[in-house]
Formats: sequence, C-alpha cells, structure tokens
Amino acid sequence: MIVTNIEIIPGRKIVKHLGMVQGNTVRSKHAGRDIMAGFKNIFGGELKGYTELLTESREEAVDRMKQQAQAIGANAILNVRFSTSSVAAGAAELFAYGTAVVLE
Amino acid sequence: MYDLIIIFILLVLGYVFGQAAEKRHFRSIIKREEQYRDLLTFSKRFPLDADYDQKASLVGGSVVISVDYFKRFAAGLRNLIGGRVTTYESLLERARREALLRMKEEARQQGMNTIVNVKLETSSITKGRRNQVGAVEVYAYGTGLVSNIDQ
Repeated sequence: MIVTNIEIIPGRKIVKHLGMVQGNTVRSKHAGRDIMAGFKNIFGGELKGYTELLTESREEAVDRMKQQAQAIGANAILNVRFSTSSVAAGAAELFAYGTAVVLE
Repeated sequence: MYDLIIIFILLVLGYVFGQAAEKRHFRSIIKREEQYRDLLTFSKRFPLDADYDQKASLVGGSVVISVDYFKRFAAGLRNLIGGRVTTYESLLERARREALLRMKEEARQQGMNTIVNVKLETSSITKGRRNQVGAVEVYAYGTGLVSNIDQ
C-alpha cells in the first residue's frame, strides 16, 4: 500500500479511482503522563510522552485508513491530509483522509 | 505571602531551566539542520524538472513542546498591553524546525533524497486555563521521493 500526499506517483498510471477513504482515532492521555507534563510545564521543553502518544495515534489513524482502502481493493492512497481536533478536555481526535486508487 | 514566594521560585526555576533548555535545543537544531542540508525539501508538489523513481511514501515528524512557567507569566503580562508575544514566537519556531527535522530523519531512513509537498500542522494540546498544560504540537508531513538530481 503506497501512501502519499501528492496526486500522482511518478511513472505510474492510475487505473481506477475509488473515492475517499478515512481513518480516525480519539485518544486521551493517562494521569501519569499528565503529572509529568505538569512538571515540564514549569521547566519547559519537549513533552516526550505526548509526542509518542500522538505519533502512535496518527499511525493508528493511517492504519485504519489503509484497512479501509484495502477492503475496497485499492493499492494506493493519494493526496492524504491530516487533521487534529480536540474533542473534549484531555482528548484529541486525529483524522487522516485521502483518495483510494488502483495503480497499474 | 507563601503563595507569592512559591510563584517567585517557580518563575526563577522556569527562567533558568527554560532558557538553558531553549539554547541547548536551538544549538542541536542548527547542528542537525546542517546534516540534512542535502535532503531537498519543498512545499511545492513537483518543483524539480527531474526524473523520479517509482518509489514514494508519506514521511512525517511531530513534536510536542511546552512553555515554561516564566514564559507563560511573561505572556500573561503581555496580554494586558498587547503586542508581540516574543516568548511564544520562539516556542513555535523551535517546534516547527524540530518537526521538520524529524520528518527529514524519517525520509533519510527510508532512503529518500527529496521531500515534496510539505505541510505543517499546528495544534494546541490544551488551551490554557490556569494550571493546565500549555503546549503546542507541530506535525510536518510530506511525500518522500527519490530523484536523480546530483547534489
């Protein structure tokens, strides 16, 4: 499964467009991370726990999108976009969407 | 009275450690940017009139950075008068440059030498009520490609 955020793959032809596919995940952080983040809030700097959490969540969103694409018989997803929104206090939604296509 | 003392201590701690951490971070960013200088990065889709391999993949890097106590305090004061909030400007700059670097790192690991269509996304983790975590997340992503251009 090829995933990119441009419309074409150099040197390959799109045989069939299959429409939008998407994947999302809503995550909240756990209390331990919050306490550490509270300390960091005094000293400043990178919040590694949050970075990890968001990276994992984003991967999961992409995975779900890929699964959806696979289910409809695509072998690539083009023009992928990400978006983040905070749903409730302490929880964030990560959303990935793109166009599923069949490449020759 | 005790509250004031605690706030003062937090301010001093925030200032000392925060400034040190920021300087260290900027030094490391500049050093690593030098390393990745030969990896071409564009915000256009196909900027080069070059041949590309049939290899393409999404690469991305993200970072969450929090402000220190002093900076938040200074920004709060600035809020009264209005104007440039320089303390937050440097925070965002750090976050963006770090995210771009992580993206380049991933691209290099996958053997790509060009990144096109780079997009940056910024979101605040929690919007600062008092005693909440005030942090920004920056996510940089783009398409890694292999072009045949000589560096």
